Order: sequence, then C-alpha cells, then structure tokens
Amino acid sequence: MFGKLAAKLKPISLRNFWFDKYGRGLLLQFLVLLCVAGFLATISINAITNLQRAGLSSGFGFLADQAFFDINQRLIEFSSQSSFGRALVVGLLNTILVSSLGIIAATVIGFMAGILRLSNNWIASKIITVYVEVTRNVPLLLQIIFWWATLTSLPKVRESINFYNLFYFNNRGLRAPSPIFETSFLWLALSIIFGISLCIFLVVWARRRQHRSGKTFPSVSVGLTLVILIPTMVFQLLEQPVVWDTPQATRFNFRGGFNITPELLALWFALATYTGAFISEIVRAGILSVSTGQTEAAKSLGLRSSQIMRLIVIPQAFRVIIPPLTSQYLNLTKNSSLAIAIGYQDLVSIGGTILNQSGHALEVVAIWMVVYLSLSLGTSAFMNWYNKKMALVER
Amino acid sequence: MFKGFLIGALLVAVIGYVIVDGGYLDLKDSSKSAKVTTKVAAESTLKKIQKRGNLQCGINTGLPGFAYTDDKGNWAGFDVAYCRALAAAVFGDPDKVKYVNLTGKNRFPALASGEIDVLSRNTTWTFSRDVKLGFTFIGVSYYDGQGFIGRKKLGVKSAKELDGASVCIQTGTTTELNLADFFRSNKIKYEPVPIETNEEARKAYLAERCDVYTTDASGLAATKSTFADANQHMVFPEIISKEPLGPLVRQGDDAWADIARWTLNALINAEEYGINSSNVEKLAEGTKNPEINRMLGSEGTLGQMLGLDKRWAVNAIKAGGNYGEIFDRYLGKNTPLGLARGLNASWGNGGILYAPPMR
Repeated sequence: MFGKLAAKLKPISLRNFWFDKYGRGLLLQFLVLLCVAGFLATISINAITNLQRAGLSSGFGFLADQAFFDINQRLIEFSSQSSFGRALVVGLLNTILVSSLGIIAATVIGFMAGILRLSNNWIASKIITVYVEVTRNVPLLLQIIFWWATLTSLPKVRESINFYNLFYFNNRGLRAPSPIFETSFLWLALSIIFGISLCIFLVVWARRRQHRSGKTFPSVSVGLTLVILIPTMVFQLLEQPVVWDTPQATRFNFRGGFNITPELLALWFALATYTGAFISEIVRAGILSVSTGQTEAAKSLGLRSSQIMRLIVIPQAFRVIIPPLTSQYLNLTKNSSLAIAIGYQDLVSIGGTILNQSGHALEVVAIWMVVYLSLSLGTSAFMNWYNKKMALVER
Repeated sequence: MFKGFLIGALLVAVIGYVIVDGGYLDLKDSSKSAKVTTKVAAESTLKKIQKRGNLQCGINTGLPGFAYTDDKGNWAGFDVAYCRALAAAVFGDPDKVKYVNLTGKNRFPALASGEIDVLSRNTTWTFSRDVKLGFTFIGVSYYDGQGFIGRKKLGVKSAKELDGASVCIQTGTTTELNLADFFRSNKIKYEPVPIETNEEARKAYLAERCDVYTTDASGLAATKSTFADANQHMVFPEIISKEPLGPLVRQGDDAWADIARWTLNALINAEEYGINSSNVEKLAEGTKNPEINRMLGSEGTLGQMLGLDKRWAVNAIKAGGNYGEIFDRYLGKNTPLGLARGLNASWGNGGILYAPPMR
C-alpha cells in the first residue's frame, strides 16, 4: 500500500518548496494529520490520567461481570445472572429489531406517500401534503412520546380488546399466540424453501423467454401460487407441525404467547411515519426528475399507466432516490436511540444502565460509538452496492 | 499566497497549543498535578468552591419531600436542606448553592467528572459504589428500604403474590437490582418496565402500564402523597432491602469529605444536644456543656481543623435547623408524606441515628 502511495508522490524541490503548490499541499495535509493525531492523543492521555487519579479501573474486562438486572424485551436468553456483555448484545438486537422494522415500514409509507402526492386525485394529494408537513416539522422526540402516550391510554389489561381469544390489545401492548415448532416442522420449512426456489427459477426463465421471444408470462401470480400451494399441501400431510401457544389471562397479565410492548410499537410508529415523510419527498423528487418525454414516449408505445410507473419511471427515478434514501436509513437507525425517552431497552438504554451500575463510562461510550458506526457503515455499504447495481449502465 | 501563510501559521499555533497543553514539554504544572497527594487535591476542592463562590449540589429531578420546588420556585426538601447546611458551613450563607438536577442514571458521571461537589440525591450506600465507582459516602441521612405500591383492587396482600405482574422501576438504581434478586430468590416471574425518572414512573403507574411501582419506601410515600386517589393504593408490608441513603463525594479529597461528613454529623448531634435553629445563636455564646461549646465554636478549634470559620456548625444549623427539624418539616407526620421517624429517630429515642462525638 505504501509502495503504491510512494509511486504516486512526485519529486519535490526543497529550494522553493513553499512556492510549489504541490509540496505546500503535502505539508499542510501532513500538519493537519499531525494536529488530529495530537488532539486524539491529548484527550486519551487526559482521560487515562483522570481515571487513574480517580482510582477507577479501565478496560473491557467488566463485560464478563454479572449484570444483576433484568431486561423485559429480549430476543436471546437473558436473566439477571447473565453478563454485562450479553446485556449489551440484547440491547443491540433490540436496536437492530426496531431499526429494521422502521426501515421497512418507512420505505413502504414513503413510496406510497411520494407517489400519491403526485396523483391527480386532489383529496389524496392534499391528505399526503398535510401528513408530510405535520410529521416532518414536529420534533421526533415529541412524536415518540405522543405515540407512547396514545398506546398506554388504550384499554387496561382486564378490558383488553379481544380478537377471537387469540390476540389481545391493551395498554401493555399486543399479546399474540406464539408458535411452538415440532420436529416435523422441518419438512414444512423445506417445502417453503423449495417453493421459493422454484419461484425464483420461474421468474428467471420467464425473463429469459421474454428477452428471446417477447412473450410474457404471468410469473408473479404463478410464482405466488407455488409458494403458497406447496407448503399448504405439505402442512395438510403432516400432523400438527406447529402448535400455537395462546395467551391466557392471569391475575395480572396474560401468560403464554408473546407480547409486543407499547414501547416498541410507539418507537416503531414514530420512526416509520417521521422518516416516511422525508422518504416521500425524496421519492417525489426522484419521480419529478424523470423527464415527461419518457412518460409520453411510453404512452405512445401503448403502455398502461401502471406499467409506465413500474417499468419506465421508477427505475430511472431510483438513481436519484437511492443516495438520499441511504441517509434516511442511517438517520432512522441513529434516531432509534431516542428509545430511552419511553424506556424501550435498546443499546443506549441498556448501555446507560451498565454504565451506571459498573461505572465504566468511557468504555460504554466507546462501545456505543463503535456499534452505531458499524451499523451505519454496514447500511451504507449495502446501499452503495445497490446503487451501483441500479446506476445507469452505459453501453 | 497570503492565505496559505495564514493557514500555515494557524496550524502551527494549534499544534503548539496541543503540545504545551498536553504537557509534552512540561512547561505547565498540568503534568505534575496527576501525582499530587490526596491532601493537596482535597484542599483544592474547598478552595475551588470558595473561589467559585457557590456549592454545586446534585439533587433529584423532583421527588416530593426530598427535592421539589416550593411556591416561590425555590428548591426545597430533605436532600436540599443538606446542601443548604453545607453551603452555610462553607460560606456562612445557605443560599450560595447551585442545584444540579440529576436522574438515577447521570448522577454518578456528574459527580465523577466534577460537575458537582457533592451528591445529595437519596443515593443508597453500597459496597460497589463506595469501592469500585470511586466515591466516598459521608454518612447515612436516611435509613430506608425498598417497598412496593399497588392498587388495593388487585387484592394482593404481599409482594410474594406478584407472580406475572408488570413492575415499574427506575433504571440505574439499586432498586432495579434488588427487584431482580427478590423475584429470582422467590422463583416468581415479572415484567420489568424501566423508567428514567420518578415523575415518569408515577405517570406510567397511574396509566396502569404496570401493576406495581417499586422504589424506596420513603419515595413511595412521597409519590403516593401526590395521587388524587391515594386511598385506592397501598404500600405492601414487605421491605425487600436495606437502603441507607446519604450524601457522597468523590474519592481522593479527604478533607472535603470530612467537611461534608461533619456537617451531617453536626446536624444529627445538634438534635441530640437540643440545639435548634431558634436557640443556636444563644447557645453559641457559651454553655455549661463543653461538647456544645466545641461544636458551636466557643471552645476549641474544630472549625479551624476543617479549614472553615469557627461558626461553621452554627451556620449549618441556622440554615434549616437540626436533623429533627429538617425531618419534621419535609417528611414528618404533619407533611403529606407523613413518615414516622422509625429507624431515623435518634439512638436515645429508639432509632439508630448515632453520630460520632464532636471532639
């Protein structure tokens, strides 16, 4: 790497060094680098000195210590005897859960709202305008608290809204049956995988055939039928591959099934609607960036308006949409740290508890920064790859 | 061209500052200060406070009885009274306090970083906080224990019947840990509902987001006193932990810890000796009791030993009265909290409040 860099460097004459634009640039860059390094060294030396003076130990060894506290929403096994490190993983998974749910919902909302706002239907476009302007201009924290307050003022546990004795909706969230998989479930899973691969094969085949002969094939509807039909048949053959654990009312709460807490729901709704409003504007800009000539040309070829949107406008709009969409995804992930306001136990919330119980402030903050940085870099790497794939291919 | 020179000069200046300030050249004392003895560091805490002209005291974000704003918008309460007494001991003026409101979570970083001089925020004295977090607890101002509050209509008589209940807790507290221990040792399940402040926990409990709310018994009494339908709720008989609450300072400044410790002891001893806010000035002129004379400065040099004025204890007691007066004013029978002295009575009156002698 350094060999390559050295090859790039031009010879510099030392005599009139300062008057050579190239040499001066090099020197200034070096000085800036030195500055940054010096600054980082200063703050770390300062921190270490102060920690030693305060008699506090540093290092990440404390992550193996027992946590002694409980966490209400955990995607992996966790009890008060687990370690701080495991608690952080539980928090990280909660962050990833709410971010992924948020990104999916925000994308759906954003695309629908963006397209609807451009629709000729006056009512639809005005409703979307109001939605976008209201959610975009109210601080996210207030929206999160609004959703939480709304959800916690739902009926109390004993007056739950009951759907067929299976789903219960109350101010402690949504209680739903949870599946218990028997060993025969393996066959069902295999049949689902088989159906999906058959469907992919079909789509590829249909596309190739269309390229060759121009004949279309209803691959979407046939594929969907396959995906649904095959597992359903297998399900009928097997004897109860899945047993449902249904919620039962007890003295205080429901027992059995699983519970989606109002904290998760509130955070999810708030993040999805807030980011969705921004995405809708990005989508609108993307669609408007496609010249009307394209639409008119497509019309003159006899394409239907839904086809024009799907085949002509959206693929071209995507090139404009993806880069700012990436920043919105990153924003959503980082905004999920506002979870602490309503007690959703994400990485920041659990990290804060660990910080307080163990006293290792610097280490916990470092972990927060590294984790959010990795999440963001990961998301952006994926989106850059996707962007490259969608970019204009010049022939 | 000129621009290039300007940028260059600026960079050199910045680097120079970093090198000097980082102590790499040893031009300033900053590199030596790391090695100073605890004695010097401690003196500098008192000096720093005197130079600043006020005491920075960490208190609750709001807990009736302990730290709340009165009708004039001033902070008042049991914890606040200690801040005022300490400021009076240092400055002779109880109003020279800057209050910093802290949650259960950010109180320790605030004290460790030096943002506050003393933390008086119903904080439990525990082994790990004292030893591992690098703090010094200067005494116990209130002997407490963790309890539960719930609605009477639940029909629960004991906390052991709470299997499957949702429990509101403040995060970053000892109560969070006690709760986990309690349910684990009794082999019953619960859903923790973590909340940042007492006020938010109160709202969540009233919205029935949780079945019961758990915190220190004094805090439960304080919170219950604000309910519109207080008689619909009950505090369960179980006390599941020991919660000795008291003020604390950073470790490593022993002289400052001494000032904080003996101010608290002076308030406790004052009650025992019968010194209160109305008779303190008269007693300070001299009495037949040498213990009182030493404390109030008419005999001996106790104030001087602390590096304070000889009237330090007089000022501290005048600020809000002795321990008993403070307790009665903010927590006692005639307040909405209506707490009995119980363990917090003086050792002569059946309690365990016992301060070392002023000698």
